[in-house]
Amino acid sequence: MAKYRNKCRPTEDANIAMRIQSRQRVTLMSSNAVIIGPLIGSAIELPFYTCRVPAGFPSPALDHMDQSLSLDELMDVDAPHTYLVQASGDSMIGVGIFDDDLMVVNRKLDAAPGHIIIAALNGDPCVKRLAKRGEQFVLESENPRYPPRYIMEGDEFEVWGVVIGSLRRFPHG
Amino acid sequence: MADRAIALVDCNSFYASCERVFRPDLKKVPIVVLSNNDGCVIARSADSKPFVKMGEPYHKIKDVLRRHGIVAFSSNYALYGDMSQRVMTVIESLVPALEVYSIDEAFAELTGISDPEQLARQIRTQVLKQTGIPTGIGIAPTKTLAKLANAGAKRWQAHTGGGVHLDSDHKRDWLLKHMPVDEVWGVGRRMKEHLALAGIKTAWDLAQADAWTLRKRHSVVIEKTARELRGVPCLELEDDPAPKQEICSSRAFGQRLQEKEPIREAVAAYVARACEKLRAQNSLCKKVRISIRTGMFNPNEAKVARGVICELQFPTDDTRLIIKAASKGLDAIYRTGYAYAKAEILLMDLRQRGEFTGDLFTREQPESVNRVMGVLDEINARWGKGTLRPARIPVTPGWGMRRELLSPRYTTDWNGLWKVACR
Repeated sequence: MAKYRNKCRPTEDANIAMRIQSRQRVTLMSSNAVIIGPLIGSAIELPFYTCRVPAGFPSPALDHMDQSLSLDELMDVDAPHTYLVQASGDSMIGVGIFDDDLMVVNRKLDAAPGHIIIAALNGDPCVKRLAKRGEQFVLESENPRYPPRYIMEGDEFEVWGVVIGSLRRFPHG
Repeated sequence: MADRAIALVDCNSFYASCERVFRPDLKKVPIVVLSNNDGCVIARSADSKPFVKMGEPYHKIKDVLRRHGIVAFSSNYALYGDMSQRVMTVIESLVPALEVYSIDEAFAELTGISDPEQLARQIRTQVLKQTGIPTGIGIAPTKTLAKLANAGAKRWQAHTGGGVHLDSDHKRDWLLKHMPVDEVWGVGRRMKEHLALAGIKTAWDLAQADAWTLRKRHSVVIEKTARELRGVPCLELEDDPAPKQEICSSRAFGQRLQEKEPIREAVAAYVARACEKLRAQNSLCKKVRISIRTGMFNPNEAKVARGVICELQFPTDDTRLIIKAASKGLDAIYRTGYAYAKAEILLMDLRQRGEFTGDLFTREQPESVNRVMGVLDEINARWGKGTLRPARIPVTPGWGMRRELLSPRYTTDWNGLWKVACR
């Protein structure tokens, strides 16, 4: 598919917040906390300039434009194991997953305690934090109004995928 | 070539499995998928097979479905296509070479792999994990045997666990002797009847048959098949399938059509689709055949089926020109007073671009057309099918497909994303 280049400066499009769970990503994001352009899943590439351009005077550094930043790449959206899933409800607001947010779900990862997961509990899909208390697995919500759900013998429990990030658009325009 | 190993990876009840990925609640509920227009059953989950036959008309089995709690879906090709691509990408990342054979099957090269069974297990585990689609695998020294091994794996599912490796003559011969000949790749119903006359009933019979006789009495193809069954490789992995010689786009209307104008719209839409396929394989066409017909089974309906071939001025892939030709063709074959059920467009006399150099007086498609069609395809690839289209094709046509049981396009449509509860 053709890739289009958006010539405006990245910050001007800052209407999207991204939260990323992996520790490595967090440092990356907080060190230059620029919030970047349109939605994940788009093929739009935003060019990333490492210099500031003084008005009216062409900078020779413009010739050394860096590679484009791509949200697709950051979240591995094109991988066969990545799925975009919509959240519905408020049980995960503690980690910043709100009603209608998009979740980036990776099915390749092995779920471990601490991960936010999409689970199917007795055929019922839900978003929870996987935890382990002693020898027992627990599905925890990130909202005090929702009690933890212990996985009991006889429960049919399956991990559908690991939520590696989420995405929300704010009202704009 | 003694160590040649080919695997046939095949998705189990693929369409039904795709529906299940986003419906964990249906994990143990039998599923069937219906053809375009919700006509008949084209796919069944394993647990629905005892109750529903392949190809049964939906309206006739509604009661059976209700009685056994079977859930029916309209076919959601956007979903199946995307899931297929995911499956194939996963397999491709694990093997040296892959031939995608159909939406739910692929041949993988395993020659030179020290432990093919281990790799096959890995393929199944990874495909299941990353896409949720269960697969079966057959491994053998030839493609035809790999297909047969896979069929055997399915037939004796409980015994094989869905995987068969024909790594010894003993196993191969056992399978050949226990498989009816029509389970062999490329042997259809008619060929089965022909072969039966020669006393060939099992795959083993075919493998033992005299090559020369097979070639003389039947075809070179079946002779090759027999040799492949004996373990002699005749078919290579094809990673770049040859361009098609004909392109067809046909579909039943969502309802019967009497008037010419709505049929004309449908014909334009089918042409547009066929032309997309034509350009995708970089071919031009010189002839287009258009045909229309009424329903053929209802005894109370007047039946008619008519078709005509229209010659184009020069080899072209211009949607507009071909619509014009097909539209003229429609004028020639349309008769009032019938309730038409289906139209078909067949692009024929295909050639690759630049295959023929005409003389001075041969007309060629102008370069400007190539650019227009290029932009058309680019826009539709980027913004979705039908974004830019000939004005003849309406947005919501009256003849559109009936798909009342359609699941959302979970992976290809922003409005169809899977919603999961946070509660």
